[in-house]
Amino acid sequence: MALKIVKGSIDRMFDKNLQDLVRGIRNHKEDEAKYISTCIDEIKQELKQDNIAVKANAVCKLTYLQMLGYDVSWAAFNIVEVMSSSKFTYKRIGYLAASQCFHESTDVIMLTTNQIRKDLSSPNQYDTGVALTGLSCFVTPDLARDLANDIMTLMSHTKPYIRKKAVLIMYKVFLKYPESLRPAFPRLKEKLEDPDPGVQSAAVNVICELARRNPKNYLSLAPLFFKLMTSSTNNWVLIKIIKLFGALTPLEPRLGKKLIEPLTNLIHRWEEIPSLKVCHMLISLSSGMPNHSASIQVSLRGPLPINSMFVVLVKYLGLLAMSKILKTHPKSVQSHKDLILQCLDDKDESIRLRALDLLYGMVSKKNLMEIVKKLMLHVDKAEGTTYRDELLTKIIDICSQSNYQYITNFEWYISILVELTRLEGTRHGHLIASQMLDVAIRVKAIRVFAVAQMATLLDNAHLMTGNVQRKGICEVLYAAAWICGEFSEHLENPTQTLEAMLRPKVATLPGHIQAVYVQNAAKLFATVLKSQEGNTDSTAAQETSQLMIERLPLFVQSANLEVQERASCILQLVKYIQKLQQKDVEVAEEVIALFDGELNPVAPKAQKKVPVPEGLDLDAWINEPPSESESEDDQPKAIFAKEETKHSRTRHTEVDEKELAKVSWAEHATQIVYLYSGVYQEAPGVEHIPVVQIDLSVPLKVPGLPMSDQYVKLEEERRQKERVEKKKKDKKKRKEKGGGRRKKRDSGPESEEDITPAHMVDIVTEEMPEVQQICANRTKDKKSSKHKKKKQKKEKEDKEKKKKKKHHHHHHHSDGGGEESVQNGTMEEEEPLPVTSFSLSSSSKENDIQGNLQDGSQVVVSVIFENKCDSFLKSMEFNVLDSLNSKLQRPEGSGPHDGLTVPFQLPPGVSNEARFVFTVQSIVMPQKLKGTLTFIVKDSSTHEKLDFKLHFTCSSYLITTPCYSDAFAKLLESGDLKCSSVRLEGVSQPFHHLLARICFHHHFSVVERVDSCASMYSRSIQGHHVCLLVKTSGQTVSIDAKCDEPTLLGNVLDEIKQTFSQC
Amino acid sequence: MIKAILIFNNHGKPRLIRFYQYFPHVFLQTEDMQQQIIRETFHLVSKRDDNVCNFLEGGSLIGGSDYKLIYRHYATLYFVFCVDSSESELGILDLIQVFVETLDKCFENVCELDLIFHMDKVHYILQEVVMGGMVLETNMNEIVAQVEVQNRLEKSEGGFSAAPARAVSAVKNMNLPEIPRNINIGDINIKVPSLSPF
Repeated sequence: MALKIVKGSIDRMFDKNLQDLVRGIRNHKEDEAKYISTCIDEIKQELKQDNIAVKANAVCKLTYLQMLGYDVSWAAFNIVEVMSSSKFTYKRIGYLAASQCFHESTDVIMLTTNQIRKDLSSPNQYDTGVALTGLSCFVTPDLARDLANDIMTLMSHTKPYIRKKAVLIMYKVFLKYPESLRPAFPRLKEKLEDPDPGVQSAAVNVICELARRNPKNYLSLAPLFFKLMTSSTNNWVLIKIIKLFGALTPLEPRLGKKLIEPLTNLIHRWEEIPSLKVCHMLISLSSGMPNHSASIQVSLRGPLPINSMFVVLVKYLGLLAMSKILKTHPKSVQSHKDLILQCLDDKDESIRLRALDLLYGMVSKKNLMEIVKKLMLHVDKAEGTTYRDELLTKIIDICSQSNYQYITNFEWYISILVELTRLEGTRHGHLIASQMLDVAIRVKAIRVFAVAQMATLLDNAHLMTGNVQRKGICEVLYAAAWICGEFSEHLENPTQTLEAMLRPKVATLPGHIQAVYVQNAAKLFATVLKSQEGNTDSTAAQETSQLMIERLPLFVQSANLEVQERASCILQLVKYIQKLQQKDVEVAEEVIALFDGELNPVAPKAQKKVPVPEGLDLDAWINEPPSESESEDDQPKAIFAKEETKHSRTRHTEVDEKELAKVSWAEHATQIVYLYSGVYQEAPGVEHIPVVQIDLSVPLKVPGLPMSDQYVKLEEERRQKERVEKKKKDKKKRKEKGGGRRKKRDSGPESEEDITPAHMVDIVTEEMPEVQQICANRTKDKKSSKHKKKKQKKEKEDKEKKKKKKHHHHHHHSDGGGEESVQNGTMEEEEPLPVTSFSLSSSSKENDIQGNLQDGSQVVVSVIFENKCDSFLKSMEFNVLDSLNSKLQRPEGSGPHDGLTVPFQLPPGVSNEARFVFTVQSIVMPQKLKGTLTFIVKDSSTHEKLDFKLHFTCSSYLITTPCYSDAFAKLLESGDLKCSSVRLEGVSQPFHHLLARICFHHHFSVVERVDSCASMYSRSIQGHHVCLLVKTSGQTVSIDAKCDEPTLLGNVLDEIKQTFSQC
Repeated sequence: MIKAILIFNNHGKPRLIRFYQYFPHVFLQTEDMQQQIIRETFHLVSKRDDNVCNFLEGGSLIGGSDYKLIYRHYATLYFVFCVDSSESELGILDLIQVFVETLDKCFENVCELDLIFHMDKVHYILQEVVMGGMVLETNMNEIVAQVEVQNRLEKSEGGFSAAPARAVSAVKNMNLPEIPRNINIGDINIKVPSLSPF
């Protein structure tokens, strides 16, 4: 036995230790891997030995190899063995190795729990310390749960060395085992006031980390931290506390005020320490709390040292702080513009990137050109593609932000974009391309200029395609080709551009670009033909055709399917054109017609708002539907909900393929749907799309590639001119006023709003006309004119509706039960009953009842009062005798018989409208409510009284609700509906008039109409379904009806009968 | 929180790595991932001039711009701390300085070689400065005191690499071409007494 030990120690002497291993590796530079693999074999041998010292040595070497990237997870168990050694020396090695190699998914960690617990309670504080340190690196939820109590006890250990470690590790424990936070927190709070500064600092550290995750819970500690901030001298702790307050002030604004004093004190204290430390604190201040105006004064001292430019670090941090301040107080940063621009010249990329971030928030109409000019200079100078790409995206971001808000001259912008295409090796070709497309389409005035620029680009395409490195930029050609093709009428020399587009080199471009080339070559061809056919000499036109026929086969052979397909189509077309040309037939007009129509920008969601053409049932099966065996949910509500979503999906079958192709790729390019206006001219509604088009100042022609700098100058001049003009106007105004006002208008630097843009962007907003409005107008037109009075009323009502629509933009026309108020048609009016009273002749009242329904039980009645007499009417009071079923809603506190004051007076000849809300319980029966209107005639100052009746018909409880034939069929099949029918004799109206009347008066909608038969649907405010089947033969109309409430149905049918008996 | 501390030389050779966060990777093993991070960080840091600022955004492997790299370059070595937004940049820069000064005190004129051959000791010193990614102590005197107490403790236990290793190294450094494996036990025994019993 003794011999074995001796032998072991001898062996050990010749084992390599860490230093030997390192030395060995350094001596085997050529075959390091091989040497290390032999070392690992040796280590494996050593680990097999019983001697713990040998094992510890091996583990120590493994730790080193782990650093070099060798997997040592196989030795995890040996590491645990070494950790459990009784000697500090070996224990430390073991814990170090464990902290380097173990992570949460290491399974041997499970075995360590008891060992760690033993070490934590070791009498030797360094054993405990080493265990805590190790544990902090590989603590798992299980370990945290099992050891939380032990660690908590250690937080009150006698030795500060252990206390601080225990406090610090608690954060890790909280992370893994959040339940431990509540019991541990009081003790943690206690440690904030520990006599040992190390423990104090650890506690601050932990609480700051916790507060960062959830600041709200730590507001109560603010006073404590406040005290610490004034008393502590440890800079590290102070920074942490200030950061913590930064997180707390947004939650408790009062804190900000309180902080000013101690903060300024701190700054004074630190100002005595030279340079770095001062900035140090200032910056942590500014970045800590940008949210409070009071701290801004303090924090703006942060950027100050930038001026001195002597500490790079401070520059970086100052910029960082500024970007935080910029979000809340943009003004205070804008004054540092020059400083920030200077930072762009810094050789440090970190600083330049920070400065770029800042610039984005700082641009205005006034300084945009200047800033971008600076940036362009940097683009030229920049080495390294990442930074240059960053610059490029920033330029485009800056210019295009919020719908090109800051751009006043788009020619300038186009030339900037063109200049950007000269960048080498950028990845952002597609970005530039999409900007070009967007601007060319949305800014009409710029097209002439843009086309000229794009033509030059196409001409010089070889510059972009020649170099392999420039792959990314050729995306620009995509935009260039499209713009030249689409707006070819603006081209100065279309033949040359056409030639450029058909060069053999084009075939080296990516497929999608070639496809655009081919398609747009065809467009150009059309334009060229048109211009050439005007001439007497027809050979030119034939030559152009010949050129196309010669060049296109190159594309027909393309490997790209899209290119091939387009090319062969166009080739055949051109061949046909050539044939016609040879017969001296003029074809240009017809060829142009192929590409007719102009693009209008349309909001992304606009398509939803295009009304479905009448008679087009989007849900009708084109072919026979497959047999449905699955049982559908027969709850009608669900059906309707489903239908609604279907309804919003509009399909355009009339769009021909070419248009579709255009639309879809334009969509790809810019995320905005462009529609050819020509296609939809007939469709009602499209012309209402608000497209702002204001073309200002005449564009200037700049030959060749433009230099954006020119525009800066031009822009200056333009603004100057505008200013002069404005001043003139002002002077005139003042003269006109005869010097009445002596107030001097400030003629100082022009304000932001004064700068008018040279070109306007078509900004497409979401505000679209509602489909329903159009429908309403249509029904009005169809309506045969009735009594004059009625028509007036109807107009009023239409106006009413429009007004209402303005308030309810999202107007779902079939939502009865929802919260939204639902428009309803008029209630059949009951003429004011002429109760004998002399004043009747002098005043009249129309009760135009707009059932505005809410909650299925409320009806809004709008009453129009018209004063027909010559006297002034005032103090009008409206009162209705409530029935059991229907009650007038009166303001709270008033009795059931009190009248409602009409909120206006009526001068002679004036009419006005008032609304009254009624609560209706049952809607199955029509009813009449008696009411009185009292008023005072001003001259005679007598009380007058007018009696009237309000007729609540059942139809007025119905809401026009669209329904689809399949849902309708399901509804009828469901069998819950009661049947009833009625016959009308002697109806001489055409069938569609009849339907329109039912729709209008009784709020039905036509579901389906076949010849002289139609199905109709409506829904009551309480959700009853009413279905009608209307048939006509000769003068007899039969109506079969189904409804889940027979009484309601009977009454509705009676009312329909009434309607037709009246005429 | 500090996510990682990396020390590597001008050629990117790691001298000390200390990850406080586990960076898992779909394909790579932990160690390979760590090496990738070192390589990426070295690439980012080494191309920067000495007179530019000491902060930059983290590489893609360690979470990009959410993390900052704060580094200092001393002669042949880069000390890089990867931290999240809760740490103050200048605070960490200060901490690096404290750490290096402590190393200097413990090793007496520290140089790269000290770090190469005594990686374990450097780790022990670092453990007194940063624990589990959080700053434990910034007071240099306190750090040095604790390190020295522990070294003494190790020595009192007979040392790990102390006496016997020194003896062995002495033998090895005699530049004997080959130390025969089977040395006469009697000879060696004379030297063994300095070894404490196991």
